[in-house]
Amino acid sequence: MSTDVATTTLGIDHRKLGMWTFLGSEFLFFGAFVSAYLLYLDTTAGGPGVEIFDIPFTSISSFVLLMSSLTMVLAHHAHTKGDLRRMRMWILATAGQGAVFLGGQVFEFNVFFREGLELSTSPFASSFYVLTGFHGLHVFVGILLLSSLYVLSLTGKIKPNQDVKTEMIGLYWHFVDIIWVVIFTVVYLIPEIAVLD
Amino acid sequence: MSSTQSPEQATDHSDDHPTPRQYVHIALVLAVLTALEVSTYFFEFGAIAIPLLIVLMVVKFLYVAGWFMHLKFDSPIYTRLMYTGLAFALVLYAAMAVITLFDHAPTL
Repeated sequence: MSTDVATTTLGIDHRKLGMWTFLGSEFLFFGAFVSAYLLYLDTTAGGPGVEIFDIPFTSISSFVLLMSSLTMVLAHHAHTKGDLRRMRMWILATAGQGAVFLGGQVFEFNVFFREGLELSTSPFASSFYVLTGFHGLHVFVGILLLSSLYVLSLTGKIKPNQDVKTEMIGLYWHFVDIIWVVIFTVVYLIPEIAVLD
Repeated sequence: MSSTQSPEQATDHSDDHPTPRQYVHIALVLAVLTALEVSTYFFEFGAIAIPLLIVLMVVKFLYVAGWFMHLKFDSPIYTRLMYTGLAFALVLYAAMAVITLFDHAPTL
């Protein structure tokens, strides 16, 4: 059931407030895993460490995910203008880039497994897979949300004046991107550079 | 417009938001910053490499949150919610770091 936004206590949209509260809690969720990763960085138990990372490959994945935020925000902008055809085009582009990122992560995990970095190899391996795996799961959920948005708008269940729905999914998608901005630097680049030095 | 707006109508504030051209400019800035980040892996930056990476990460974070997530244009309540989550995450890291430090401390 929808409510009149103007009569809400804070004068802002309840749904956006709910989404931001959820995202605030998600920062804590990922903060816990990033903390665990940093604290277990040196506990490789004789197994592979950060030298296993393929920075050029991950850089391309990171770039793709970053650019998916652009297509997402363009989808939202098209929806605010009531242009559902263009909105769907950008939604597909965003989901496609998300799928490319996810495919890259699956490939990366396969390579790491073959090189002996398994989930139970060491605290370092466990914390790495749990952190990046949960992020990948969030990307997957984002792709599902984008696909639902696409289908619902195609079947007329999302109207041109319901742009807040695209905005909510957009907020989730940008959050997934912003978390990767942190992971790419803190998990991949900084430890790799520290090892090279 | 009628006096009782639906949520969808009431939240249509597209005129306050950036244009597609501005979004593309932001994306270009983010792309350049990412290229700079990656260059620290290929080129020797010495002692400034890690501080530079942290600064670039924070700038990229703020750009995405401010422009793409519209925090620059929306109610400050959303920004406060985000920073609350971030602050808790940092406190959690600090607490875990302290616990780990004492856990590995030599005992008498």
